[in-house]
Amino acid sequence: MTGPLPHPVLASFGGAIEFIFTPQESNVTGGNKVGGLDKVLELALTQIEVTIFALALALVVALPIGLYFGHKGTGELLAVGLGNAGRAIPELALIAFMAAAIGVGVLNLTIALAVLGVPPILTNTFVGIRQVDRATVDAARGMGMTEFEILRKVELPLAVPTIMSGVRGATVNIVATATIAPLAGVLTLGDFIINENVYGTDGVLAGAILVALLALAFEFGLAALQRRLTSKGLKLKPV
Amino acid sequence: MAPWSDLMTSPALLAAVGEVGKGFIQERSSDTLPCQADTSKLFCFDWARENIDRYGTPTLQQLELVVISVLIGFAIAFALSVFAHRHAWARPPLLAGTGILFAIPSIAFFLLLLPITGRGRETAIIALSAYTLQIIYRNVMVGLANVPDSVRDAARGMGLTDRQILWKVELPLATPEIVAGLRIATVSTVAIATLAVFAGGGGLGTQIYGGGNLSFTTSIILAGGIAIAMALLFDVVLLTIQHLITPWRRAAA
Amino acid sequence: MAFAMLAALALAIGATACGSSDDDSSSTEGSSGGGAIVSNPDNAKVSLTIGSKNFPEQEILGEIYAQALQAAGYKVKSDLNLGSETVALQAVKSGAISGYPEYASTALTSFFGKEPEDVPADANGAYDEAKAEFEKEDLTAFPPTPFASANAVGTLKKTAEKYGLKTVSDLDGVSEKLTLYGSPECPERIDCLKGLEDLYGLKFKSFKPVDISLRYTVLEKGQADLSILFTTDPQLAAEKDKFVILEDDKEVFPAGNVIFVTKKSTAEQAGPDYEKTIVQVQRGLTLEVMQELDARVELEKQTPKEAAKAYLESAGYIG
Repeated sequence: MTGPLPHPVLASFGGAIEFIFTPQESNVTGGNKVGGLDKVLELALTQIEVTIFALALALVVALPIGLYFGHKGTGELLAVGLGNAGRAIPELALIAFMAAAIGVGVLNLTIALAVLGVPPILTNTFVGIRQVDRATVDAARGMGMTEFEILRKVELPLAVPTIMSGVRGATVNIVATATIAPLAGVLTLGDFIINENVYGTDGVLAGAILVALLALAFEFGLAALQRRLTSKGLKLKPV
Repeated sequence: MAPWSDLMTSPALLAAVGEVGKGFIQERSSDTLPCQADTSKLFCFDWARENIDRYGTPTLQQLELVVISVLIGFAIAFALSVFAHRHAWARPPLLAGTGILFAIPSIAFFLLLLPITGRGRETAIIALSAYTLQIIYRNVMVGLANVPDSVRDAARGMGLTDRQILWKVELPLATPEIVAGLRIATVSTVAIATLAVFAGGGGLGTQIYGGGNLSFTTSIILAGGIAIAMALLFDVVLLTIQHLITPWRRAAA
Repeated sequence: MAFAMLAALALAIGATACGSSDDDSSSTEGSSGGGAIVSNPDNAKVSLTIGSKNFPEQEILGEIYAQALQAAGYKVKSDLNLGSETVALQAVKSGAISGYPEYASTALTSFFGKEPEDVPADANGAYDEAKAEFEKEDLTAFPPTPFASANAVGTLKKTAEKYGLKTVSDLDGVSEKLTLYGSPECPERIDCLKGLEDLYGLKFKSFKPVDISLRYTVLEKGQADLSILFTTDPQLAAEKDKFVILEDDKEVFPAGNVIFVTKKSTAEQAGPDYEKTIVQVQRGLTLEVMQELDARVELEKQTPKEAAKAYLESAGYIG
């Protein structure tokens, strides 16, 4: 399909926007109305919930490990290697495997999503702590701080940008994978995309738009959080 | 209308007309089911060995998608970063723009493009290129920014023009970051390319999502395994290249 | 009964006799024997795209038709696994595909709004009615296959024993405790959840949509108490000790023979071999044969293409 932005394209997007707001008699299901704001909010809420739970789980697992090994200075191979390996996991395979081997359901899905979220958080936490200037750490040690205090008062604040960057990366991963959650029986906005049978082509496009917006919302939210958590002295000009 | 179905199901007629051959229909029972029919068996080696050729075309398709997307993404990202390096005003908008590309889930991107580019490989390539673009752009910019000012000043002192500084000093020094970006982009793209099935773009996702494979763990494991192996292979190759072209600096992973 | 058998046998012998002398490739009379499909060079200028719905039995049928038409000399492409019936019909109407195999009962209930009780029980009655309705929309349908398939409410044998379930009506009073899993479009179909709710008056604890491929997995993993299955499923024959289907005592799930749906214009342009080949090649599709093919794909994980080819070769239609 080539040519100048043709009217059919605008019409498709128009149809998708309508789908989001009012229940439509979709072009595929006979007589039943699909779509509409209620359904949209219901699915969006599920996606948000599932993302937050998975992110929380990933943080609980990855942060302590990353902080510990980062502070200690060992385990670089593991922390960084895991990050690399985590990037290589195809989400579709993970979700499909969970559904077929263990079963469909929210718990299984959340664990799968958390698994995807752990590598970026772990790696970035580790790298962030490691990157703190050793001289600063030594000075703090010289001042009589305990190891834990050093971690909490010196290394952690300085590592915030890197750690948050990892959290944002993890969130992007999780939100994206939560989109295909309907394959595991958990209905998120991805349901519009996967089940064209039910929602029609308008639904598919509407789903894509909504998922993109949700992902961006999370990204902006976390970016704002990062700005708040980053101490003033660290707010350097972006690249 | 002749009473088709009545005649058709008559065993006598079938025997006479000779439809399917003898022995076509097999007896099956719970104890004679092969490994792949048993949903509690996670991986069936025999089936995998016999049917591995089924994964040939999808693997090639995935490879194609990844290589083309990374090349396109790299070319565009490189051009953009050279431009942004020279013209500082371009940096905030480009950073914001690439940030947006990063956040949008690829499956959403595939389908947003659907009305414009239709189903197929091209749509998948465009979306994947956008994704690799932002990773590489970010890394090139970081790499260039990390070049110490002292080095730049020294080069300027030696009489090099800005252009020469960029190509002969800054970019070589930024190479580890650039190749690191390339590595991250490639590995991520291999994983995401499995989703190309949703855009009609083929790839290993067809052996996971298509044709009843959703309940067949052997196929999921095979397809996923091949994708992971492909990603790790790319990673190792690029890591080796990274080490080879920057002998003066052992870069961090 | 004996007379009918004799008559059938006589007809069969006559048919074989006719078939073996029929080697004129452009003969337009209905091919009465089994026998190989002959390639007609006139068909080479016609391009056909065969579609199918999104579960294995459909893909097998699509492949059988596609390979058969190919053998008849047409230029054939396949676009299987399109989606549910409404998506497939849409594809025919828009010209994206030339045709696809549909169940006469599904056509009548989903497309033409008939109540399940009004669906004729015999294959020809259903076919005639469906064809008449299709013709109102410039579509047509080819004669039916020998086998018929229907949706069914299925469960694990031990669940059925636990609650004493033999028919769907037995679920009355019990269904509120049970979860039902089905395809995403199930809630809107009268021969699925809608029928269970409206015609059987059943309320379920919950309904969860899952992909058709997982209809047995969810039962086995213990997540689904009930699942929507197909009467032609190979698992029902091969794993009788594990799965059972509940008898459809109120006849809400009518069985449908498969009829090939296509545009009238396509049928005209493609010539007589279009319908002739399809009718010829589906004659071997009895219930047992279809279940065998389903078993090869769903249990042994062969591809629909392989299963279709094996069928066509075994019955002597090709090579």
